Amino acid sequence: MAAAPFWFALLLVVLSGCAQTGSSMLHPWGMVAAAQRDWLVIAVALMMIVVLPVFVMVPLFAWRYRRRGGRGVYRPNWTYARVLEYPIWGVPVLIVAALAVMVATRETDLDPYRPLPGAGAPLEIDVVALDWKFLFIYPKEHVASVGLLAIPRGRPVSFHLTSDATMQSFFIPALGSQIYAMAGMETQLHLRADRDGVLDGENTQYNGADFQNEHVRVEVVPDASFARFLAECRVAGRVLDPSSYRMLAVRDTLVKAKAAFGLPPDGRLLFGDVQPGLFASIIAKYHPGDRTMRMAGQAE
Amino acid sequence: MTLNDWLFGRLTVQAALPFYSAIATAAASIVVVGALAVVVLLTKFRLWRPLWSEWLTSLDHKRIGIMYVVLALVMLSRAVVEAVMMRAQQAVSYDSPGYLPADHFAQLFTTHGTIMIFFMAMPFLTGIINYAMPLQIGARDVSFPLLNSVSLGLTAAGAALMMISLCIGRFSTGGWSGYPPFTELAFSPDVGPDYWIWAVTLSSIGSTLTGINFAVTIYKERAPGMHLFRMPLFCWTALCTSILMIFAMPPLTVATALLALDRYAGAHFFTNGGGGDVMNYINLFWLFGHPEVYILILPAFGVYSEVFSTFSAKALYGYRSLVYATMAIAVLSFTVWLHHFFTMGQGANVNAVFGIATMLIGIPTGVKIYDWLLTMFRGRIRFAVPLLFALGFILMFAIGGMTGIILANPGIDYQVHNTVFLVAHFHNVLIPGLLFGMLAAVQYWFPKAFGFRLNEKWGRTVFVLWTAGFLFAFMPLYALGLLGLPRRTVEYFQGAYRPWTLIAAFGALLLLLGLFAVGAWLFVSVRQRDDNRVPAGDPWNGRTLEWSMSAPPPEYNFAVRPRVTGRDQFMRDKLGGMAYLRPDEYEDIEIPLGSAVGPLLGIAGILCGFGLTWHIWWMAAGGLLLSIGTVIARSFVRETTRIVPAGEVRLQHEAWLGRLAMERPASRDQEIAPSNRGLALADGS
Repeated sequence: MAAAPFWFALLLVVLSGCAQTGSSMLHPWGMVAAAQRDWLVIAVALMMIVVLPVFVMVPLFAWRYRRRGGRGVYRPNWTYARVLEYPIWGVPVLIVAALAVMVATRETDLDPYRPLPGAGAPLEIDVVALDWKFLFIYPKEHVASVGLLAIPRGRPVSFHLTSDATMQSFFIPALGSQIYAMAGMETQLHLRADRDGVLDGENTQYNGADFQNEHVRVEVVPDASFARFLAECRVAGRVLDPSSYRMLAVRDTLVKAKAAFGLPPDGRLLFGDVQPGLFASIIAKYHPGDRTMRMAGQAE
Repeated sequence: MTLNDWLFGRLTVQAALPFYSAIATAAASIVVVGALAVVVLLTKFRLWRPLWSEWLTSLDHKRIGIMYVVLALVMLSRAVVEAVMMRAQQAVSYDSPGYLPADHFAQLFTTHGTIMIFFMAMPFLTGIINYAMPLQIGARDVSFPLLNSVSLGLTAAGAALMMISLCIGRFSTGGWSGYPPFTELAFSPDVGPDYWIWAVTLSSIGSTLTGINFAVTIYKERAPGMHLFRMPLFCWTALCTSILMIFAMPPLTVATALLALDRYAGAHFFTNGGGGDVMNYINLFWLFGHPEVYILILPAFGVYSEVFSTFSAKALYGYRSLVYATMAIAVLSFTVWLHHFFTMGQGANVNAVFGIATMLIGIPTGVKIYDWLLTMFRGRIRFAVPLLFALGFILMFAIGGMTGIILANPGIDYQVHNTVFLVAHFHNVLIPGLLFGMLAAVQYWFPKAFGFRLNEKWGRTVFVLWTAGFLFAFMPLYALGLLGLPRRTVEYFQGAYRPWTLIAAFGALLLLLGLFAVGAWLFVSVRQRDDNRVPAGDPWNGRTLEWSMSAPPPEYNFAVRPRVTGRDQFMRDKLGGMAYLRPDEYEDIEIPLGSAVGPLLGIAGILCGFGLTWHIWWMAAGGLLLSIGTVIARSFVRETTRIVPAGEVRLQHEAWLGRLAMERPASRDQEIAPSNRGLALADGS
């Protein structure tokens, strides 16, 4: 029992050993997930100060003071000792204080809204959560993809998210935090991938029949390959305008959406041109009375 | 509108019958056959009349408490079976659709959660408090016996709607928390969320009334001398839970009512467009939801306090600390709701404040654990079944508390939110926390309620199976959560999840066996009841007032109201030779007459809920009229109580004292032997 930190460390090793590459925080692919894993280990270690004595004392007391054959003295009226009150209240207070300081100082570091350092200016990506697929718009590059996210290695990514359907939670475990996407609202998320590879992205908020299939293929690639991805989008030749967007937004599976665009289930649904202001207009349509929102949608 | 629409609303043969999957059909058949079997048995043994007059219409807090627990056990059975079905699905659904259709799986996780919280945990703890708390504070009943019966009626009506939904139509797929906009008409146009709304609304109103009733009872009905700081700790936790119920249930009622307005009246409280805002629902829901988890856990803490003290043969260590810790938890529980949605996009500072507030709850909880430990210290511990549950609780709850603090770190929560890590955490605090506490309470107070002890061997089997089942079923979920498996997923595509889901399914199987063991435990005990009778009423050498009377207790509880001079009054009396004294005089006792109001309001609730769910307006209106009519009719009833004359009390009490004189006191070594007739040897241990 006393070896719990050891077992915990071992568990993490075993877990990360059997984790598929690029699937979770135990194999961090980016600085955020790595920081989260480290924080988890520290928090567990700190709490062991309170938890371990419990694991030692419960069996010990139960055995020593057992009715039959126990060797402890019996003091039925011993119910209070001031000297014990200090550690009983003090130790948990100190540990929570330590954790609170950690939260207060490090929380801002892990804030999903905080831009990350990295190579080059952040890559902006607008995410639209649809039932049951994610649409990714690269506003500066004027391309878009569905169920597929390509990001350059080492460059921070700044996501702006909204939903045009149910509330969803966009999550790439190996990279870091998740954040909700809600209709008529915009949330933000900053991530950075530090190694090349293919990761799994997912929606973690149940939203109906095809929830389990709402996954995203996340491709972390070097700069040159990212340029090739942009070219691939443009070669695909599709335009994301209100009419093609309506086809996408139909409440159906990603596979059906691909079929609607004449693609096989494993095809890559890419758009080489995106109508400016589409993302803002998706948000603005939930605020028909709000002129400033509408203007912002038109201005973009 | 055709006559058919008017008569049946949205109810059509196609929509209603559960033929969308073979499993759903089978489940519905089991409910129907089960209900028929109950009807046949009741008829065959001519039990309808006693069931109605002695139980359903009874206002005796003890009987109402027992009915609550029976309801909880019935609903527990269904929800455990659902849990096993889900674990079995995930065990076989690696890159495969498995055996359950996605929609059915979604109904299962919704009904499992809704039942476990609202129709298993809440009735269970309400039943236990109902039974034990008035006895512990030396009261003859709760303050409002009729209201107590009404609460039970409404809760049972909600549970009945849950059972009806299994046979007629489909249930919600929106999870037990019913988040819009998914549960709005735009995304869930079927009747599922309506079933959920009305079942939960009925239960939340019942719980609000219960909270008021218990709190007033504790404030007003304590025996002379029973100062607040002389109350058994279980009563303190009951008080805190009641206060939480009063303040926490209304936000839920409001949230479900507003959602109903969206769905029925075209309102836009939580819709995507029209000025609706889902975030308001989420805040309202967790404004209820977080205090709710302390409503669930505090009574269990109370039970453990009684159990540690009784089976360590020692007064509770740090009583005042425990009281302050309980109060602190109750207050803090209202300040942390935001930690259920750190990922909703509010600022880092807001998250940090709520994260730290959440961790603060760890302090009083840690204090409690150490106080229980020190209660064992220098005690004489008997490993009776309730204490086994308590020991298992402490060890496993320490882990659950730790993962709770992990989740309270916003930075880590961004990773594990909405994954099965969270599922593992709340099962880790609710199974060893709440459920073990309630099972310990059953073993502990059963002899008081029914006059015989439960079988120890089967009790231990229940403990072993639930402990092993819990560990196997939920420890893998921590691993799966760290690996990124979202909750509520019917199918998954990562081979790394596979071994863990198989282990979890094995655990679920053990939990199913544990459920059967609970049945066997009760069944075997009832059969052996003559070997385990404890008419003297004090099988565990108890410390508090409820052990000072016969088992089962008389309807009026105390022949003479006790005078309280300190904590653990009954133990003081026994050690001082003051227990079981013949009182000088008796007085008339006023007790409430039975009333049909509770069951009638329950029936009205079912009619109303079912009518609203299926848009059968005449039925909904009928239910509403029935409830209003019942309340008006009740106001004309003049005779609501009856008097038990002093002479009759004297006869009954002296007959019991006479029997006591013939019993042999049992030492603690004889605790589980037939020679333990409920008269404890007053040697202090």
